[in-house]
Amino acid sequence: MSIILDPSVSLTSTVDGKRRRKDMLFLALLWFGILLAVVTLVVLLVDTFLTGRSRLNWEFLSGHTSPFAEDAGVQSAIFGSLWVVLPAGISSLLIAIGTAAYLEEFTKPESKVQAFINLTIQTLAGVPSIVYGILGLAFVARGPLDWGFTVRTASVVLAMMILPVMIVASREAIRAVPSSYREGAFALGCSRWQCVRQQVLPAAVPGIATGSILGVSRALGESAPLIMLGALAYVSSNPTGFGDYYTVLPLSIYKYATEADSEFQYAAAGAIIVLLAMLLVLNFTAIVIRDRSRKSL
Amino acid sequence: MNETTTPTAQSLIASSLSKGDGNIPGVNSGRAAQIVMEARDLSVYYGDFLAVRQATFSIARNEITAFIGPSGCGKSTILRSLNRMNDLIHSARVVGTVLYRGIDLYGPLADPGEVRRRIGMVFQKPNPFPKSIYDNVAFGPRVNEKFTKSELDGVVEDSLRKAALWDEVKDRLKASAFSLSGGQQQRLCIARALAVNPDVLLMDEPCSALDPIATGRIEDLMREIKSEYPIVIVTHNMQQAARVSDMTAFFSVESTGDTNRPTGMLVEYDRTVDMFSHPHDERTLSYVSGRMG
Repeated sequence: MSIILDPSVSLTSTVDGKRRRKDMLFLALLWFGILLAVVTLVVLLVDTFLTGRSRLNWEFLSGHTSPFAEDAGVQSAIFGSLWVVLPAGISSLLIAIGTAAYLEEFTKPESKVQAFINLTIQTLAGVPSIVYGILGLAFVARGPLDWGFTVRTASVVLAMMILPVMIVASREAIRAVPSSYREGAFALGCSRWQCVRQQVLPAAVPGIATGSILGVSRALGESAPLIMLGALAYVSSNPTGFGDYYTVLPLSIYKYATEADSEFQYAAAGAIIVLLAMLLVLNFTAIVIRDRSRKSL
Repeated sequence: MNETTTPTAQSLIASSLSKGDGNIPGVNSGRAAQIVMEARDLSVYYGDFLAVRQATFSIARNEITAFIGPSGCGKSTILRSLNRMNDLIHSARVVGTVLYRGIDLYGPLADPGEVRRRIGMVFQKPNPFPKSIYDNVAFGPRVNEKFTKSELDGVVEDSLRKAALWDEVKDRLKASAFSLSGGQQQRLCIARALAVNPDVLLMDEPCSALDPIATGRIEDLMREIKSEYPIVIVTHNMQQAARVSDMTAFFSVESTGDTNRPTGMLVEYDRTVDMFSHPHDERTLSYVSGRMG
Protein backbone atom coordinates (compact mmCIF):
# COMPACT_ATOMS: atom_id res chain seq x y z
CA MET A 1 0.00 0.00 0.00
CA SER A 2 2.92 2.39 0.27
CA ILE A 3 3.69 4.83 -2.54
CA ILE A 4 6.88 4.09 -4.41
CA LEU A 5 9.37 6.93 -4.78
CA ASP A 6 9.41 8.16 -8.35
CA PRO A 7 13.01 9.25 -9.05
CA SER A 8 11.99 11.26 -12.10
CA VAL A 9 9.97 13.74 -10.00
CA SER A 10 11.56 16.60 -8.12
CA LEU A 11 9.74 19.04 -5.87
CA THR A 12 12.73 21.28 -5.13
CA SER A 13 12.43 24.85 -6.35
CA THR A 14 13.43 25.47 -9.94
CA VAL A 15 13.75 29.23 -9.33
CA ASP A 16 17.38 30.18 -9.89
CA GLY A 17 19.53 32.14 -7.43
CA LYS A 18 19.31 35.42 -9.33
CA ARG A 19 15.52 35.54 -9.15
CA ARG A 20 15.62 34.69 -5.48
CA ARG A 21 18.12 37.48 -4.78
CA LYS A 22 15.83 39.94 -6.60
CA ASP A 23 12.96 38.84 -4.37
CA MET A 24 15.05 39.43 -1.27
CA LEU A 25 16.23 42.83 -2.49
CA PHE A 26 12.67 43.96 -3.11
CA LEU A 27 11.57 42.76 0.32
CA ALA A 28 14.49 44.63 1.90
CA LEU A 29 13.45 47.82 0.10
CA LEU A 30 9.92 47.48 1.43
CA TRP A 31 11.20 47.00 4.95
CA PHE A 32 13.49 49.99 4.59
CA GLY A 33 10.57 52.14 3.51
CA ILE A 34 8.44 51.06 6.44
CA LEU A 35 11.27 51.52 8.95
CA LEU A 36 12.10 54.99 7.62
CA ALA A 37 8.54 56.12 8.13
CA VAL A 38 8.03 54.50 11.52
CA VAL A 39 11.42 55.46 12.97
CA THR A 40 11.04 59.10 11.91
CA LEU A 41 7.62 59.27 13.50
CA VAL A 42 8.74 57.62 16.73
CA VAL A 43 11.81 59.87 17.05
CA LEU A 44 9.72 62.98 16.52
CA LEU A 45 7.04 61.86 18.97
CA VAL A 46 9.53 60.87 21.67
CA ASP A 47 11.52 64.08 21.26
CA THR A 48 8.37 66.21 21.42
CA PHE A 49 7.14 64.32 24.44
CA LEU A 50 10.43 64.67 26.31
CA THR A 51 10.58 68.39 25.53
CA GLY A 52 6.99 69.15 26.37
CA ARG A 53 6.67 66.84 29.36
CA SER A 54 7.55 69.57 31.89
CA ARG A 55 4.59 71.69 30.75
CA LEU A 56 2.01 68.91 30.78
CA ASN A 57 0.17 70.00 33.90
CA TRP A 58 -3.12 71.56 34.82
CA GLU A 59 -1.72 75.09 34.80
CA PHE A 60 -0.63 74.72 31.20
CA LEU A 61 -3.94 73.21 30.11
CA SER A 62 -6.08 75.73 31.98
CA GLY A 63 -3.91 78.76 31.27
CA HIS A 64 -4.66 80.94 28.28
CA THR A 65 -2.26 81.66 25.47
CA SER A 66 0.12 84.39 26.61
CA PRO A 67 3.22 86.26 25.48
CA PHE A 68 4.83 85.56 28.88
CA ALA A 69 6.57 82.22 28.95
CA GLU A 70 5.68 81.31 32.54
CA ASP A 71 1.95 82.07 31.98
CA ALA A 72 1.71 80.42 28.55
CA GLY A 73 -1.15 77.92 28.37
CA VAL A 74 -3.39 76.39 25.76
CA GLN A 75 -6.96 76.58 27.07
CA SER A 76 -8.14 79.36 24.76
CA ALA A 77 -6.43 77.62 21.83
CA ILE A 78 -8.13 74.30 22.61
CA PHE A 79 -11.54 75.93 22.83
CA GLY A 80 -10.77 78.12 19.82
CA SER A 81 -9.92 75.03 17.77
CA LEU A 82 -13.11 73.27 18.89
CA TRP A 83 -15.26 76.32 18.15
CA VAL A 84 -13.78 76.65 14.68
CA VAL A 85 -13.34 73.02 13.64
CA LEU A 86 -16.47 71.26 14.95
CA PRO A 87 -19.01 73.46 13.13
CA ALA A 88 -16.79 73.38 10.03
CA GLY A 89 -16.64 69.58 10.17
CA ILE A 90 -20.35 69.07 10.80
CA SER A 91 -21.55 71.51 8.16
CA SER A 92 -19.19 70.31 5.46
CA LEU A 93 -20.02 66.69 6.33
CA LEU A 94 -23.72 67.33 5.78
CA ILE A 95 -23.12 69.14 2.50
CA ALA A 96 -20.68 66.44 1.41
CA ILE A 97 -23.13 63.60 2.11
CA GLY A 98 -25.83 65.44 0.16
CA THR A 99 -23.51 66.09 -2.76
CA ALA A 100 -22.17 62.54 -2.79
CA ALA A 101 -25.66 61.01 -2.60
CA TYR A 102 -26.83 63.26 -5.42
CA LEU A 103 -23.89 62.41 -7.65
CA GLU A 104 -23.93 58.67 -6.97
CA GLU A 105 -27.63 57.98 -6.75
CA PHE A 106 -29.51 60.65 -8.62
CA THR A 107 -27.44 61.64 -11.66
CA LYS A 108 -26.69 59.41 -14.60
CA PRO A 109 -23.06 58.36 -14.76
CA GLU A 110 -21.22 60.18 -17.56
CA SER A 111 -23.84 62.92 -17.66
CA LYS A 112 -22.69 66.48 -18.23
CA VAL A 113 -23.73 67.57 -14.74
CA GLN A 114 -21.62 64.85 -13.20
CA ALA A 115 -18.61 65.53 -15.40
CA PHE A 116 -18.75 69.22 -14.49
CA ILE A 117 -19.08 68.64 -10.75
CA ASN A 118 -16.33 66.00 -10.83
CA LEU A 119 -13.93 68.41 -12.48
CA THR A 120 -14.80 71.11 -9.96
CA ILE A 121 -14.27 68.85 -6.97
CA GLN A 122 -10.96 67.53 -8.26
CA THR A 123 -9.72 71.06 -8.89
CA LEU A 124 -10.85 72.30 -5.48
CA ALA A 125 -9.18 69.35 -3.73
CA GLY A 126 -5.85 70.43 -5.19
CA VAL A 127 -6.07 74.09 -4.20
CA PRO A 128 -3.47 75.04 -1.53
CA SER A 129 -5.00 76.01 1.80
CA ILE A 130 -3.51 79.50 1.77
CA VAL A 131 -5.64 80.23 -1.31
CA TYR A 132 -8.74 79.41 0.73
CA GLY A 133 -7.37 81.86 3.30
CA ILE A 134 -7.10 84.62 0.70
CA LEU A 135 -10.54 83.76 -0.64
CA GLY A 136 -11.96 83.93 2.89
CA LEU A 137 -10.23 87.21 3.52
CA ALA A 138 -11.61 88.77 0.34
CA PHE A 139 -15.17 87.45 0.47
CA VAL A 140 -15.96 86.37 4.03
CA ALA A 141 -13.86 88.42 6.45
CA ARG A 142 -14.16 91.49 4.26
CA GLY A 143 -16.04 92.08 1.02
CA PRO A 144 -19.63 90.97 0.60
CA LEU A 145 -20.05 89.15 3.91
CA ASP A 146 -17.77 91.35 6.02
CA TRP A 147 -17.83 89.05 9.03
CA GLY A 148 -14.45 90.26 10.30
CA PHE A 149 -11.79 88.08 11.91
CA THR A 150 -14.23 85.92 13.83
CA VAL A 151 -14.82 82.28 14.69
CA ARG A 152 -17.62 82.28 12.13
CA THR A 153 -15.31 83.37 9.29
CA ALA A 154 -12.65 80.80 10.15
CA SER A 155 -15.23 78.04 10.43
CA VAL A 156 -16.83 78.77 7.07
CA VAL A 157 -13.48 78.94 5.28
CA LEU A 158 -12.25 75.68 6.84
CA ALA A 159 -15.55 74.05 5.87
CA MET A 160 -14.99 75.11 2.26
CA MET A 161 -11.42 73.85 2.42
CA ILE A 162 -12.25 70.33 3.59
CA LEU A 163 -15.44 69.97 1.54
CA PRO A 164 -13.80 68.37 -1.53
CA VAL A 165 -12.05 65.73 0.60
CA MET A 166 -15.28 64.98 2.44
CA ILE A 167 -17.23 64.64 -0.83
CA VAL A 168 -14.69 62.25 -2.31
CA ALA A 169 -14.70 60.13 0.88
CA SER A 170 -18.51 60.05 1.03
CA ARG A 171 -18.78 59.11 -2.64
CA GLU A 172 -16.36 56.24 -2.19
CA ALA A 173 -18.36 55.01 0.81
CA ILE A 174 -21.67 55.25 -1.06
CA ARG A 175 -20.23 53.54 -4.11
CA ALA A 176 -19.03 50.67 -1.92
CA VAL A 177 -22.60 49.86 -0.80
CA PRO A 178 -23.56 46.63 -2.61
CA SER A 179 -26.06 47.28 -5.41
CA SER A 180 -28.05 44.28 -4.15
CA TYR A 181 -29.29 46.46 -1.25
CA ARG A 182 -30.56 49.02 -3.73
CA GLU A 183 -32.21 46.36 -5.89
CA GLY A 184 -33.82 44.80 -2.83
CA ALA A 185 -35.22 48.13 -1.72
CA PHE A 186 -36.49 49.10 -5.17
CA ALA A 187 -38.10 45.69 -5.61
CA LEU A 188 -40.19 46.39 -2.49
CA GLY A 189 -41.59 49.56 -3.99
CA CYS A 190 -39.19 52.09 -2.47
CA SER A 191 -38.76 55.44 -4.13
CA ARG A 192 -35.21 56.51 -4.90
CA TRP A 193 -35.10 58.75 -1.85
CA GLN A 194 -36.42 56.01 0.45
CA CYS A 195 -33.79 53.66 -0.92
CA VAL A 196 -30.99 56.17 -0.34
CA ARG A 197 -32.20 57.25 3.08
CA GLN A 198 -33.00 53.81 4.48
CA GLN A 199 -30.51 51.49 2.81
CA VAL A 200 -27.63 53.26 1.10
CA LEU A 201 -26.73 55.92 3.68
CA PRO A 202 -26.91 53.66 6.76
CA ALA A 203 -24.72 51.12 4.98
CA ALA A 204 -22.29 53.87 4.02
CA VAL A 205 -21.88 55.28 7.55
CA PRO A 206 -18.69 53.35 8.40
CA GLY A 207 -16.97 54.52 5.23
CA ILE A 208 -18.19 58.09 5.56
CA ALA A 209 -17.00 58.23 9.20
CA THR A 210 -13.56 56.94 8.33
CA GLY A 211 -13.15 59.19 5.34
CA SER A 212 -14.51 62.38 6.80
CA ILE A 213 -12.24 62.14 9.82
CA LEU A 214 -9.38 62.80 7.42
CA GLY A 215 -10.99 66.07 6.48
CA VAL A 216 -11.65 67.10 10.06
CA SER A 217 -8.10 66.18 11.07
CA ARG A 218 -6.80 68.38 8.30
CA ALA A 219 -8.93 71.29 9.49
CA LEU A 220 -7.72 70.78 13.05
CA GLY A 221 -4.07 70.91 12.02
CA GLU A 222 -4.41 73.81 9.61
CA SER A 223 -2.78 77.17 10.36
CA ALA A 224 -2.03 78.83 7.01
CA PRO A 225 -5.51 80.04 6.05
CA LEU A 226 -6.22 81.10 9.62
CA ILE A 227 -3.21 83.39 9.64
CA MET A 228 -4.85 85.15 6.70
CA LEU A 229 -8.13 85.21 8.61
CA GLY A 230 -6.78 87.00 11.64
CA ALA A 231 -6.46 84.24 14.21
CA LEU A 232 -4.81 86.04 17.10
CA ALA A 233 -1.47 85.10 18.59
CA TYR A 234 -2.50 85.45 22.21
CA VAL A 235 -6.06 85.31 23.48
CA SER A 236 -6.85 85.47 27.17
CA SER A 237 -10.38 84.07 27.04
CA ASN A 238 -12.34 81.32 25.33
CA PRO A 239 -14.69 82.19 22.51
CA THR A 240 -18.30 82.41 23.70
CA GLY A 241 -19.94 82.76 20.31
CA PHE A 242 -19.36 82.72 16.57
CA GLY A 243 -18.70 86.48 16.51
CA ASP A 244 -15.72 86.31 18.90
CA TYR A 245 -12.02 86.60 18.28
CA TYR A 246 -10.11 83.35 18.51
CA THR A 247 -6.86 81.50 18.25
CA VAL A 248 -6.27 77.85 17.40
CA LEU A 249 -3.76 75.25 18.54
CA PRO A 250 -1.60 75.08 15.38
CA LEU A 251 -1.24 78.83 15.50
CA SER A 252 -0.28 78.84 19.19
CA ILE A 253 2.31 76.18 18.44
CA TYR A 254 3.67 78.34 15.66
CA LYS A 255 3.82 81.43 17.91
CA TYR A 256 5.43 79.62 20.84
CA ALA A 257 7.95 77.88 18.61
CA THR A 258 9.13 81.16 17.10
CA GLU A 259 9.79 82.80 20.48
CA ALA A 260 13.44 82.93 21.56
CA ASP A 261 12.93 81.93 25.21
CA SER A 262 13.57 78.19 25.68
CA GLU A 263 10.65 78.04 28.12
CA PHE A 264 8.44 78.78 25.08
CA GLN A 265 9.94 75.78 23.28
CA TYR A 266 8.63 73.57 26.06
CA ALA A 267 5.24 75.25 25.74
CA ALA A 268 5.24 74.64 21.96
CA ALA A 269 6.05 70.95 22.51
CA GLY A 270 3.32 70.75 25.15
CA ALA A 271 0.80 72.28 22.75
CA ILE A 272 1.82 69.78 20.07
CA ILE A 273 1.10 66.93 22.47
CA VAL A 274 -2.33 68.42 23.22
CA LEU A 275 -3.06 68.73 19.48
CA LEU A 276 -1.99 65.14 18.88
CA ALA A 277 -4.17 63.99 21.76
CA MET A 278 -7.16 65.79 20.22
CA LEU A 279 -6.47 64.13 16.87
CA LEU A 280 -6.29 60.75 18.59
CA VAL A 281 -9.62 61.33 20.32
CA LEU A 282 -11.11 62.32 16.98
CA ASN A 283 -9.83 59.20 15.26
CA PHE A 284 -10.97 57.05 18.12
CA THR A 285 -14.47 58.52 17.86
CA ALA A 286 -14.55 57.69 14.17
CA ILE A 287 -13.47 54.11 14.90
CA VAL A 288 -16.17 53.75 17.55
CA ILE A 289 -18.82 55.07 15.15
CA ARG A 290 -17.60 52.73 12.44
CA ASP A 291 -17.59 49.67 14.70
CA ARG A 292 -20.96 50.51 16.21
CA SER A 293 -22.63 50.81 12.82
CA ARG A 294 -20.91 47.64 11.61
CA LYS A 295 -22.04 45.74 14.67
CA SER A 296 -25.64 46.71 14.09
CA LEU A 297 -25.56 44.95 10.71
CA MET B 1 -37.86 56.79 -21.42
CA ASN B 2 -39.56 54.13 -23.49
CA GLU B 3 -41.13 54.02 -26.87
CA THR B 4 -44.19 52.13 -25.80
CA THR B 5 -47.31 53.22 -27.52
CA THR B 6 -49.69 54.32 -24.81
CA PRO B 7 -53.33 53.81 -25.61
CA THR B 8 -55.83 54.43 -22.85
CA ALA B 9 -56.27 51.87 -20.14
CA GLN B 10 -59.80 51.12 -21.29
CA SER B 11 -58.81 50.30 -24.84
CA LEU B 12 -56.03 48.07 -23.51
CA ILE B 13 -58.38 46.20 -21.25
CA ALA B 14 -60.76 45.74 -24.14
CA SER B 15 -58.08 44.53 -26.49
CA SER B 16 -56.57 42.18 -23.94
CA LEU B 17 -59.97 40.63 -23.39
CA SER B 18 -60.78 40.30 -27.06
CA LYS B 19 -57.40 38.82 -28.01
CA GLY B 20 -57.29 36.73 -24.89
CA ASP B 21 -54.78 33.96 -24.68
CA GLY B 22 -56.80 31.12 -26.10
CA ASN B 23 -54.75 31.02 -29.26
CA ILE B 24 -51.84 29.34 -27.56
CA PRO B 25 -51.95 25.76 -28.73
CA GLY B 26 -52.77 23.18 -26.12
CA VAL B 27 -53.82 25.67 -23.49
CA ASN B 28 -57.42 25.45 -22.46
CA SER B 29 -59.38 28.56 -23.15
CA GLY B 30 -60.53 28.95 -19.53
CA ARG B 31 -57.05 30.15 -18.76
CA ALA B 32 -57.76 33.48 -20.42
CA ALA B 33 -59.92 34.58 -17.49
CA GLN B 34 -57.11 33.83 -15.09
CA ILE B 35 -54.48 35.95 -16.83
CA VAL B 36 -52.78 38.50 -14.59
CA MET B 37 -49.99 39.74 -16.81
CA GLU B 38 -49.43 39.73 -20.51
CA ALA B 39 -46.45 40.73 -22.61
CA ARG B 40 -46.96 41.61 -26.25
CA ASP B 41 -44.08 42.01 -28.67
CA LEU B 42 -41.88 42.93 -25.75
CA SER B 43 -38.37 43.93 -26.83
CA VAL B 44 -35.60 45.28 -24.63
CA TYR B 45 -32.69 47.38 -25.83
CA TYR B 46 -29.50 48.28 -24.03
CA GLY B 47 -28.56 51.47 -25.84
CA ASP B 48 -28.66 50.52 -29.52
CA PHE B 49 -28.23 46.83 -28.83
CA LEU B 50 -31.36 44.73 -29.09
CA ALA B 51 -31.10 42.30 -26.17
CA VAL B 52 -34.40 40.48 -26.61
CA ARG B 53 -36.71 40.56 -29.57
CA GLN B 54 -40.51 40.66 -29.46
CA ALA B 55 -41.58 38.23 -26.78
CA THR B 56 -45.27 37.50 -26.31
CA PHE B 57 -46.56 35.46 -23.38
CA SER B 58 -48.95 35.63 -20.46
CA ILE B 59 -48.94 34.84 -16.76
CA ALA B 60 -51.97 33.39 -15.09
CA ARG B 61 -53.21 32.81 -11.57
CA ASN B 62 -52.43 29.50 -9.93
CA GLU B 63 -49.52 28.94 -12.26
CA ILE B 64 -45.79 28.90 -12.10
CA THR B 65 -44.25 30.08 -15.34
CA ALA B 66 -40.65 29.10 -16.00
CA PHE B 67 -38.25 30.95 -18.31
CA ILE B 68 -35.57 28.61 -19.56
CA GLY B 69 -32.83 28.89 -22.14
CA PRO B 70 -29.08 29.20 -22.61
CA SER B 71 -27.00 32.03 -21.09
CA GLY B 72 -27.43 35.41 -22.72
CA CYS B 73 -30.83 34.64 -24.18
CA GLY B 74 -32.51 37.43 -22.27
CA LYS B 75 -34.56 35.48 -19.71
CA SER B 76 -33.56 37.76 -16.84
CA THR B 77 -33.85 40.86 -19.00
CA ILE B 78 -37.45 40.00 -19.85
CA LEU B 79 -38.19 39.11 -16.22
CA ARG B 80 -36.84 42.47 -15.05
CA SER B 81 -38.98 44.32 -17.55
CA LEU B 82 -42.06 42.76 -15.95
CA ASN B 83 -41.68 44.92 -12.84
CA ARG B 84 -39.70 47.81 -14.27
CA MET B 85 -36.47 46.85 -12.56
CA ASN B 86 -34.84 47.61 -15.91
CA ASP B 87 -35.60 51.27 -15.26
CA LEU B 88 -32.61 51.24 -12.92
CA ILE B 89 -30.25 50.51 -15.81
CA HIS B 90 -29.86 53.84 -17.55
CA SER B 91 -29.29 52.46 -21.03
CA ALA B 92 -32.20 49.99 -20.92
CA ARG B 93 -35.23 50.72 -23.06
CA VAL B 94 -38.42 48.73 -23.40
CA VAL B 95 -40.48 48.53 -26.58
CA GLY B 96 -43.79 46.71 -26.80
CA THR B 97 -46.45 46.28 -24.19
CA VAL B 98 -46.62 44.71 -20.75
CA LEU B 99 -50.11 44.61 -19.36
CA TYR B 100 -50.84 44.02 -15.71
CA ARG B 101 -54.55 43.43 -15.19
CA GLY B 102 -55.15 45.41 -18.34
CA ILE B 103 -52.99 48.37 -17.38
CA ASP B 104 -49.90 49.24 -19.40
CA LEU B 105 -46.94 48.92 -16.98
CA TYR B 106 -44.99 51.49 -18.96
CA GLY B 107 -47.93 53.79 -19.51
CA PRO B 108 -48.80 57.05 -17.76
CA LEU B 109 -51.11 55.28 -15.31
CA ALA B 110 -48.31 53.18 -13.78
CA ASP B 111 -45.96 54.44 -11.08
CA PRO B 112 -42.71 52.41 -11.01
CA GLY B 113 -42.74 52.13 -7.20
CA GLU B 114 -46.30 50.84 -7.12
CA VAL B 115 -45.54 48.47 -10.02
CA ARG B 116 -42.64 46.96 -8.06
CA ARG B 117 -44.66 46.70 -4.87
CA ARG B 118 -47.39 44.75 -6.63
CA ILE B 119 -45.01 42.66 -8.69
CA GLY B 120 -42.42 41.45 -6.20
CA MET B 121 -38.99 40.09 -6.99
CA VAL B 122 -36.54 37.60 -5.52
CA PHE B 123 -32.99 37.76 -6.79
CA GLN B 124 -30.38 35.25 -7.87
CA LYS B 125 -28.13 35.79 -4.89
CA PRO B 126 -29.91 36.09 -1.53
CA ASN B 127 -29.70 39.80 -0.75
CA PRO B 128 -30.96 40.39 2.79
CA PHE B 129 -30.47 43.93 4.08
CA PRO B 130 -27.80 44.45 6.77
CA LYS B 131 -30.52 44.43 9.43
CA SER B 132 -32.20 41.99 11.77
CA ILE B 133 -34.45 39.22 10.47
CA TYR B 134 -37.49 41.12 11.74
CA ASP B 135 -36.43 44.42 10.19
CA ASN B 136 -35.77 42.75 6.85
CA VAL B 137 -39.34 41.50 6.62
CA ALA B 138 -40.79 44.68 8.14
CA PHE B 139 -38.86 46.95 5.77
CA GLY B 140 -41.31 46.81 2.87
CA PRO B 141 -44.47 47.28 4.95
CA ARG B 142 -42.83 50.17 6.81
CA VAL B 143 -41.93 52.15 3.69
CA ASN B 144 -45.24 51.52 1.99
CA GLU B 145 -47.78 51.97 4.77
CA LYS B 146 -48.27 53.00 8.38
CA PHE B 147 -48.55 50.02 10.70
CA THR B 148 -48.91 49.76 14.44
CA LYS B 149 -46.38 47.60 16.24
CA SER B 150 -48.79 44.69 16.68
CA GLU B 151 -50.01 44.86 13.07
CA LEU B 152 -46.42 44.81 11.91
CA ASP B 153 -45.65 41.84 14.17
CA GLY B 154 -48.57 40.06 12.52
CA VAL B 155 -47.37 40.84 8.99
CA VAL B 156 -43.84 39.66 9.82
CA GLU B 157 -45.01 36.40 11.36
CA ASP B 158 -47.45 35.77 8.54
CA SER B 159 -44.82 36.39 5.85
CA LEU B 160 -42.23 34.23 7.60
CA ARG B 161 -44.79 31.42 7.95
CA LYS B 162 -45.65 31.59 4.25
CA ALA B 163 -41.94 31.41 3.44
CA ALA B 164 -41.62 28.35 5.72
CA LEU B 165 -39.04 30.11 7.85
CA TRP B 166 -41.01 31.04 10.98
CA ASP B 167 -40.24 27.94 13.02
CA GLU B 168 -36.53 28.30 12.37
CA VAL B 169 -36.25 31.99 13.30
CA LYS B 170 -39.12 32.77 15.69
CA ASP B 171 -36.79 32.77 18.70
CA ARG B 172 -34.18 35.01 17.13
CA LEU B 173 -36.04 37.63 15.13
CA LYS B 174 -33.63 40.30 16.38
CA ALA B 175 -30.57 38.41 15.10
CA SER B 176 -28.76 39.64 12.01
CA ALA B 177 -30.09 38.32 8.73
CA PHE B 178 -26.50 37.42 7.86
CA SER B 179 -26.49 34.82 10.64
CA LEU B 180 -28.81 32.67 8.52
CA SER B 181 -27.64 30.03 6.04
CA GLY B 182 -27.85 30.74 2.31
CA GLY B 183 -31.09 28.82 1.89
CA GLN B 184 -32.63 30.51 4.92
CA GLN B 185 -31.51 33.90 3.59
CA GLN B 186 -33.26 33.21 0.31
CA ARG B 187 -36.46 32.20 2.12
CA LEU B 188 -36.10 35.40 4.15
CA CYS B 189 -35.94 37.33 0.88
CA ILE B 190 -39.11 35.55 -0.25
CA ALA B 191 -40.78 36.45 3.07
CA ARG B 192 -39.62 40.04 2.59
CA ALA B 193 -41.16 40.11 -0.89
CA LEU B 194 -44.44 38.60 0.38
CA ALA B 195 -44.65 41.09 3.26
CA VAL B 196 -45.75 43.91 0.95
CA ASN B 197 -48.60 41.69 -0.26
CA PRO B 198 -47.67 41.50 -3.94
CA ASP B 199 -49.90 40.20 -6.68
CA VAL B 200 -47.22 38.42 -8.69
CA LEU B 201 -43.82 37.09 -7.65
CA LEU B 202 -40.84 37.18 -10.01
CA MET B 203 -37.88 34.94 -9.16
CA ASP B 204 -34.57 35.36 -10.94
CA GLU B 205 -32.72 32.04 -10.62
CA PRO B 206 -33.56 31.92 -6.90
CA CYS B 207 -31.81 28.59 -6.32
CA SER B 208 -28.63 29.00 -8.32
CA ALA B 209 -26.62 29.84 -5.20
CA LEU B 210 -28.17 27.09 -3.08
CA ASP B 211 -27.46 23.43 -2.39
CA PRO B 212 -29.95 20.73 -3.49
CA ILE B 213 -31.67 20.48 -0.09
CA ALA B 214 -32.22 24.22 0.18
CA THR B 215 -33.35 24.20 -3.45
CA GLY B 216 -35.91 21.50 -2.66
CA ARG B 217 -37.34 23.58 0.18
CA ILE B 218 -37.69 26.64 -2.06
CA GLU B 219 -39.43 24.53 -4.70
CA ASP B 220 -41.86 23.11 -2.12
CA LEU B 221 -42.50 26.65 -0.97
CA MET B 222 -43.22 27.79 -4.52
CA ARG B 223 -45.82 25.04 -4.97
CA GLU B 224 -47.45 26.02 -1.67
CA ILE B 225 -47.79 29.71 -2.44
CA LYS B 226 -48.60 29.57 -6.15
CA SER B 227 -52.34 29.56 -5.45
CA GLU B 228 -51.96 32.95 -3.82
CA TYR B 229 -49.17 34.40 -5.92
CA PRO B 230 -48.61 33.61 -9.60
CA ILE B 231 -44.86 32.99 -9.93
CA VAL B 232 -42.48 33.57 -12.80
CA ILE B 233 -39.14 31.86 -12.33
CA VAL B 234 -36.02 32.16 -14.42
CA THR B 235 -33.94 29.02 -14.17
CA HIS B 236 -30.86 27.52 -15.73
CA ASN B 237 -31.98 24.18 -14.52
CA MET B 238 -34.32 22.38 -16.90
CA GLN B 239 -35.19 19.75 -14.31
CA GLN B 240 -36.28 22.52 -11.98
CA ALA B 241 -38.52 23.98 -14.68
CA ALA B 242 -39.99 20.54 -15.33
CA ARG B 243 -40.51 19.92 -11.59
CA VAL B 244 -42.20 23.13 -10.55
CA SER B 245 -43.66 24.96 -13.49
CA ASP B 246 -47.03 24.79 -15.22
CA MET B 247 -46.07 26.91 -18.19
CA THR B 248 -42.64 27.19 -19.79
CA ALA B 249 -41.17 29.82 -22.05
CA PHE B 250 -38.06 28.73 -23.92
CA PHE B 251 -35.72 31.52 -24.94
CA SER B 252 -32.81 31.14 -27.28
CA VAL B 253 -30.35 33.32 -29.12
CA GLU B 254 -30.46 34.10 -32.80
CA SER B 255 -27.25 34.77 -34.60
CA THR B 256 -26.88 38.30 -35.84
CA GLY B 257 -23.93 40.10 -37.40
CA ASP B 258 -22.32 40.68 -34.02
CA THR B 259 -21.65 37.24 -32.62
CA ASN B 260 -20.43 38.61 -29.28
CA ARG B 261 -23.80 40.03 -28.35
CA PRO B 262 -26.46 37.82 -29.85
CA THR B 263 -30.06 38.90 -29.60
CA GLY B 264 -32.34 36.75 -27.48
CA MET B 265 -35.78 35.64 -28.54
CA LEU B 266 -38.74 33.69 -27.23
CA VAL B 267 -38.77 30.48 -29.23
CA GLU B 268 -41.66 28.62 -27.72
CA TYR B 269 -44.19 29.20 -24.99
CA ASP B 270 -46.42 26.34 -23.94
CA ARG B 271 -47.59 24.12 -21.12
CA THR B 272 -44.60 22.58 -19.40
CA VAL B 273 -45.79 19.00 -19.97
CA ASP B 274 -46.18 19.61 -23.70
CA MET B 275 -42.96 21.56 -23.95
CA PHE B 276 -40.92 18.75 -22.49
CA SER B 277 -42.75 15.85 -24.15
CA HIS B 278 -43.36 17.08 -27.69
CA PRO B 279 -41.94 20.53 -28.37
CA HIS B 280 -42.89 22.16 -31.66
CA ASP B 281 -39.62 23.82 -32.38
CA GLU B 282 -36.43 22.02 -33.31
CA ARG B 283 -34.36 24.30 -31.01
CA THR B 284 -36.60 23.58 -28.05
CA LEU B 285 -36.22 19.89 -28.68
CA SER B 286 -32.42 20.10 -28.71
CA TYR B 287 -32.40 22.18 -25.55
CA VAL B 288 -34.81 20.12 -23.46
CA SER B 289 -33.16 16.93 -24.56
CA GLY B 290 -29.83 18.36 -23.45
CA ARG B 291 -28.14 18.60 -26.83
CA MET B 292 -27.68 22.37 -26.70
CA GLY B 293 -26.89 25.06 -24.14
